[in-house]
Amino acid sequence: MTDRVPAGTGRLGDRIFGGTAKGAGLLVIAIVTLIAGFLVSQALPALAKDKANFLTSTQWNVDGTPLQFGIANLLWVTVLSSVIAMLIAVPFGVGVALFITQYAPAWLSRTAATLVDLLAAVPSIVYGLWGLQVFGPHMSGIQDFLVTYLGWFPLFSRSGIGAASTILTVGVVLSIMVLPIITALSREVFAQTPVANKDAALALGATRWEMIRTAVLPFGKPGVISASMLGLGRALGETVAVMIILSALADGTAWSWSVFHGGETFASKIANNAAEFDSPQKAGAFLAAGLVLFLLTFVVNSIARIVINRSKAFSE
Amino acid sequence: MTTIDLASDARPNAGRPDAPGPNLGLGLEHRSRGRAVRNQLARIVMWTAFAIAMVPLAWILWSVISKGGAMLLDSHWWTNSQRGITNRVVGGGAVHAIQGTLMQGLVTAVIAVPIGVMTAIYLVEYGRGRLATAVSFMVDILTGIPSIVAALFIYALWVTTFGFQRVAFAVVLALVLLMIPVVVRSTEEMLKLVPNELREGAFALGVPRWKTVVRVVLPTAFSGIITGVLLGLARVMGETAPLLILGPYTKNIATNLFGGLMPTLPTMINQDRTEVLQPAVDRVWGAAATLILLILILNLAGRLIAHFGRPKT
Amino acid sequence: MAKRIDVKNLNAYYGTFRAVEDVTMTIEPRSVTALIGPSGCGKSTFIRTLNRMHEVIPGARVEGSVHLDDADIYAANVDPVGVRRTVGMVFQRPNPFPTMSIADNVVAGLRLNGLKNKTVLAEAVEASLRAANLWNEVKDRLNKPGAGLSGGQQQRLCIARAIAVEPQVLLMDEPCSALDPISTLAIEDLITELKSRYTIVIVTHNMQQAARVSDRTGFFNLVETGQPGRLIEMDDTHKIFSNPSIRATEDYISGRFG
Repeated sequence: MTDRVPAGTGRLGDRIFGGTAKGAGLLVIAIVTLIAGFLVSQALPALAKDKANFLTSTQWNVDGTPLQFGIANLLWVTVLSSVIAMLIAVPFGVGVALFITQYAPAWLSRTAATLVDLLAAVPSIVYGLWGLQVFGPHMSGIQDFLVTYLGWFPLFSRSGIGAASTILTVGVVLSIMVLPIITALSREVFAQTPVANKDAALALGATRWEMIRTAVLPFGKPGVISASMLGLGRALGETVAVMIILSALADGTAWSWSVFHGGETFASKIANNAAEFDSPQKAGAFLAAGLVLFLLTFVVNSIARIVINRSKAFSE
Repeated sequence: MTTIDLASDARPNAGRPDAPGPNLGLGLEHRSRGRAVRNQLARIVMWTAFAIAMVPLAWILWSVISKGGAMLLDSHWWTNSQRGITNRVVGGGAVHAIQGTLMQGLVTAVIAVPIGVMTAIYLVEYGRGRLATAVSFMVDILTGIPSIVAALFIYALWVTTFGFQRVAFAVVLALVLLMIPVVVRSTEEMLKLVPNELREGAFALGVPRWKTVVRVVLPTAFSGIITGVLLGLARVMGETAPLLILGPYTKNIATNLFGGLMPTLPTMINQDRTEVLQPAVDRVWGAAATLILLILILNLAGRLIAHFGRPKT
Repeated sequence: MAKRIDVKNLNAYYGTFRAVEDVTMTIEPRSVTALIGPSGCGKSTFIRTLNRMHEVIPGARVEGSVHLDDADIYAANVDPVGVRRTVGMVFQRPNPFPTMSIADNVVAGLRLNGLKNKTVLAEAVEASLRAANLWNEVKDRLNKPGAGLSGGQQQRLCIARAIAVEPQVLLMDEPCSALDPISTLAIEDLITELKSRYTIVIVTHNMQQAARVSDRTGFFNLVETGQPGRLIEMDDTHKIFSNPSIRATEDYISGRFG
């Protein structure tokens, strides 16, 4: 058990302690394996009976026979809302992190960091309530403007959904929700920029902004990417806020590319139907949707990991 | 200047229009206008980004306080449940939901923190080779697992496979899955910050590795670990998705994790969120205010402990 | 090209703590001036006031004046960014930009100044690396990370980076303290070569080094910990090391105290 422990090998205390630590690690591996295994094993029977194309169909008919369900709609709404969220949150998150670490005067820096962290303390159900009832109605101005002037573009075409319940509103609320994640991690890496690197840039005659571009941003890039990926994972999987805000559509509603449309994400689809997991077959269909969401976040995380490892290899 | 020629003092870039201007005279006050403008612009952009980021925070807090704050001032809110109260009637309290949220959070932490901290210790202090890489990779995956997927997994395990009822403990299990990676990552970061000199110093004195970890490394990283735990706790306490699938709401006080329904603040909000009758609407925002308050207290406690528990070294 | 530095009644503070008290000195162009003294005597703080790097630290400030030839670098209309371009600096630990290649490190300062022409940049890379006696060692791996070099090579890379923008003055804050003796020797040779072109100020803990490379030597000292550092004596190096006029200097260089 302790053959890899470099120091103190052979002592009973070390064996017990090291063994427990290793056990915890193995438990984590077991949990993730189990999650994947269970999702796959319970989704497969339902997928086998699916008479529609699972990837390209927009139908979701799991009550009767034959089963006909596909994820095209869910995938589109999930990705679109998350992309909107990232387009807003990443630049803002990096900007706020730079503000806190490089620009804010000392007295403001800590307070600013705490205030941004507070955004993460707001539960997603409160974001949902606020997004639908308070913030959402204010989106109608932007919606009218975009529909009027850019309505020819499929993303901004007119749809019959109220401004509070559109994919765009969800995207904006999601961006607020992931902002503290991106900011917190980015500011940590920015703050760790070696003073030597910052001094080097300043001593070459860099302005503060040039120092940030030469020393702080390159040093923090892997951290920002990993922060953004964590934020993206959170946005893709966010459930309750999306469920509350987004207007779910009746089955058979015509496809639309518009950000002013309604719909459901993987997560909100599952949550909306939580009360109806009455047959294994039906639950299996939702588990299949959950499995795709799992794979989606898995891919996002893997990309982040590869990027980080590459940049590490370069800086070492 | 573009080329360095030690043999002469001549300016090698004279007459080269693309080269930056040499420091004629001294030119100390001279800087390209574009650079100065960009520098100022960057400063303005950062300040603005922060100002805009504060808007939703203030707005949300204002909404919650103005719509639900009044409920918190009524002492019945903190002592009564919603037993026997209908949507048309003013009254009742949130104590049943508060108690459920606290209980589930506490049990979640009791299970998740030891697993998370030990996993982090394994990764930082013991882990070498492929197993450590695998564990670290799995933690990454776990970090990215959406709460709804964790809930689905527990549902597939607890209800579909074992045939058990939806009870509070199933919720706790789902929350444990969400809390473990938060604890692992924050602890790992803190352990990595502990300077290697401290460890080597202890080894040099003949202190066994595990004692070094327990006596030297963990205390040094303690404040950071606690902060990570409390932030993780704050996150799982606000989670609603697992509750939707595994923890249906009830208006009554419940203390049994293994049988019957257990109410929580998020499900209390969810229960009546589409109501239009004023007493119910007030209670929804009141529960929201209570939940935020609870989580803020946790955050604050985390920061205070982190501040005062910091080792003096 | 090299400039004379005139320091008058200079005080440097960290918040309310005065680290350097009332320093007045003149540093001749095209010479090497060494600043020696015990730890904490303010010599590193002092050298950072010569290119306005001191004020980068929050709460740090400077009183008094520093003139480069006739221009006061602390005058109200002076941009510290311009000062730092004119007065280059090399730090105690080699600090190449970790995410940049060797070549990019060398021309980082030129790029900041808006130079984009690839041919010109490539010329500057070679010229600066040659001037820093590093060209032959790295010419085959200019696109590899600078962090992959040895400590001594990294420090010479930092010197190349500093002289690529062709400063008037080169400040070196204990440039060899993190290096082995062979690398130290290489840097010292380089300093001797560079002084034909730059005004060089070097802070060092190593008195042999000061004696080997410098023309003039300033001795800093402090009465006790918590007190500000002062310039005790400044003179030609051979005079300081053979026949100093002040007792404290003699005690320090003969190893009797400090």
